[in-house]
Amino acid sequence: MQRVAVIVFPGSNCDADTLAAARDAASDAYYVWHRERHLRGADAVVLPGGFSYGDYLRSGAIARFSPVMAAVAEHARSGGPVLGICNGFQILCEAGLLPGGLMRNAGQRFLSRPTWVRVEATDTPFTHRYQPGEILEVPIAHGDGRYVTDERTVAELEATGRVVWRYVRDNPNGSTHDIAGVCNAGRNVVGIMPHPERRTAPVLGGEDGARVFHSMEARHATQHAGDVRAVGDRHLRV
Amino acid sequence: MSAFRVQVRVMPRASLLDPQGQAVEHALHALGFGEVDRVRIGKHLVLEVEAPTRDEALALARAMCDRLLANPVTEDYDLAVEEAA
Repeated sequence: MQRVAVIVFPGSNCDADTLAAARDAASDAYYVWHRERHLRGADAVVLPGGFSYGDYLRSGAIARFSPVMAAVAEHARSGGPVLGICNGFQILCEAGLLPGGLMRNAGQRFLSRPTWVRVEATDTPFTHRYQPGEILEVPIAHGDGRYVTDERTVAELEATGRVVWRYVRDNPNGSTHDIAGVCNAGRNVVGIMPHPERRTAPVLGGEDGARVFHSMEARHATQHAGDVRAVGDRHLRV
Repeated sequence: MSAFRVQVRVMPRASLLDPQGQAVEHALHALGFGEVDRVRIGKHLVLEVEAPTRDEALALARAMCDRLLANPVTEDYDLAVEEAA
């Protein structure tokens, strides 16, 4: 059973759904308030969606300096799995734990609707229960979801298979290369804009997001601790 | 120590799409201001800083921009400093 810390910032609003999704996958999930300095023995950390600090200044810009973020960065540096969903992805970018940044949607509007994404990388702690190339229906709910980075970085992300999820059918927010999620070079830190915790049961409209949490829970069963790159070099794009 | 007023202008990087600027540009065209082009929207922050000298006030403000006020991936900034009245 994985110990999963769900970090709660002032303004987080997907924390309860994320905790429930992790528990449904049989993880020992618990909240960690952003002012805490310890992760209480977490195996994995999830930064949930929401509007931390009201998105003041920039989405995630103030949350990244919360006391708990030093422990999250240390966990990431030592190879521990970290997942950022939506606002969590924005915080990870602001913290420099993931490359790039998330700007206002190209169409200016807040979007709350289903999207379709293709699983591009299955050698991360959060996606190894999917098949490469699988298409998932997962909803988005964001105003600042346009992923941007410089040309050199996006080329490097593509060349090293670090685009984790990519929008298909349409690109809702104008993200470069239709990027919906990326990982760091160590592949243990993942950020995604769509909300897998909102598609974990038929009653929620589908289960396409559930395997994000099953992947996290099953990590030790399939992978050697701390070295997700050992899973057969399957990070090449299909 | 004296008080300095620092004005910080933060702009989305020129190479990136600025949908807010575009929307305002379209609205200006619709109002008949056909002369308008390349509207961009950023942020203007005004801070008061205590520092021994103007240069140190500027250095402090630059450090604040680099750490928090601007995102180096998506934004550029410039600064103006004057003695606070």
